[in-house]
Amino acid sequence: MDSLKDKGCIVGVGESAFTRGSGKTELRLMLEASAKALDDAGLKPHDIDGIVGPPLGASAEHFAANLGIEDLRYSTYVEMGGASPVVALQSAAMAIAFGVANCVLVPCGWNGYSVMRVSAGGQGGSGATPPGPLAGTIGAYYLPYGAVAPVQWYAWLATRHMKLYGTPFETMGTIAVTARKHAQLNPQAYMRGRPLTMDDYLKSRWVSYPFRLFDCCLETDAAGAVIVTSPERARDLRRPPVYISGVAEGHPYPADDIPARPDPFVIGLTFAAPKALRMAGVTLKDLDFAEIYDCFTYVVMLQMEALGFCKRGEIKDFITPERIGLGGELPMNTHGGLHSEAHVWGINHIVEATRQLRHECGERQVKDAEVGLVTGWGDFGDGGLAILRR
Amino acid sequence: MAAGTQGEYKLPLPRMRGSAVEFYKFCKAHELRFQRCTDCAAWRHIPRDMCAKCGSFNFEWARSSGKGTLFSWTTVSQPALPQFAPLVPFSPAVIELEEGVRMLSWVVDVKPDELALGMPVEVVFDDVTPEVTLPKFRRRR
Repeated sequence: MDSLKDKGCIVGVGESAFTRGSGKTELRLMLEASAKALDDAGLKPHDIDGIVGPPLGASAEHFAANLGIEDLRYSTYVEMGGASPVVALQSAAMAIAFGVANCVLVPCGWNGYSVMRVSAGGQGGSGATPPGPLAGTIGAYYLPYGAVAPVQWYAWLATRHMKLYGTPFETMGTIAVTARKHAQLNPQAYMRGRPLTMDDYLKSRWVSYPFRLFDCCLETDAAGAVIVTSPERARDLRRPPVYISGVAEGHPYPADDIPARPDPFVIGLTFAAPKALRMAGVTLKDLDFAEIYDCFTYVVMLQMEALGFCKRGEIKDFITPERIGLGGELPMNTHGGLHSEAHVWGINHIVEATRQLRHECGERQVKDAEVGLVTGWGDFGDGGLAILRR
Repeated sequence: MAAGTQGEYKLPLPRMRGSAVEFYKFCKAHELRFQRCTDCAAWRHIPRDMCAKCGSFNFEWARSSGKGTLFSWTTVSQPALPQFAPLVPFSPAVIELEEGVRMLSWVVDVKPDELALGMPVEVVFDDVTPEVTLPKFRRRR
């Protein structure tokens, strides 16, 4: 075996309610999402024999204890922040391809508003308790200068890009406005019913230049879950399988310090993207849609350049409302993304891509969608992607 | 006295473990020093156990000229930590030193809207407490 191509497929997806004040533990939210994913697949809890645990909130064993999985054959974790869910698909596909597990649950979620809200000094990014591999760098070298939140770290990249390449605010605004537009067609999007114009975007207050309020994703309490199994097992399940045709992870160098990077625009996805595309045997032109991790508008642009959609510095010409909107050449974040649906660490991007490829998305359905892209971004630029097909 | 503070220093101090203790010990002596491999002479920051260029465990704390340029920055209007609220807007900035290493700091004497890529800067030392000195930068003319 030399490839994970089509060795695993997504057969169940689900999510919790998206709120600001769940009143529940992270584990409870993730279990609710997992129960929905199981129902979606037509599987029973004890059918699960592998778990790629979430980056925070609960352990794989907590899930097994609640779900009644007496023989948990495989458990692992991906410590890549917001890239964790999509990279978990790689671990799930590997476990299935080698017969280590048959049916793998990937849950993720948090109380990103009521407990860990970054904008209120919470530990969501790293305000109080930074994530493991980054704690040393932040505590020793960033903290005394007040740079402890993702909106500040990623802004260093955005500022340099704007100054070097003349990237205008309107490009970032187009991403925010388009996500909001798509959210109006998504019944569960947190921002449904609250449209956003470019004028609203440009008038929104500064958070950390060059990022304004509407460059930032939502803070929500939310969870999602995905179930991966083999194509054979998928045959007699409730929904058509969505194949993991290509999947890869990548890390920037060095991963634990942004200023030190020889080329700050080389990110995890720079390394991962060619591998996943090659595995799937597709090119960027083949993609019917893209769900791009959108913690901040510019981070979408950075990933698009790393993926190779355009040359470095040319993203301002690539991102247009016509191209990335529904009906366009590359509809992006068709659910509204972290910006306008909910911040679920990007597992909601996998859920949306799966539903798009099953043609279940109603008003926001990408016509005849056959193959789609999902990316993840986390920590200081860890990246992952999956090429999914029906 | 640190910018924007009066009396007792209220901002978070660096959490120092391992080689960070060394880095700040030199700062307290008003010396900006970075690790340099004594086998292949490669500079590095943040400090590491090994030289990523040649694999050596051998290094010295070599003195930097303290001169560099502004590589990038952000200007914080909404701080993530409440202690920084009195200072807004302030600009955590990436400085590229002549030796090639980059570090995070502040440019203390330049207004946020006057910052520019490549602006020449030089280190100044701010004794924020009797124990801790933070390296900061000012415009180099």
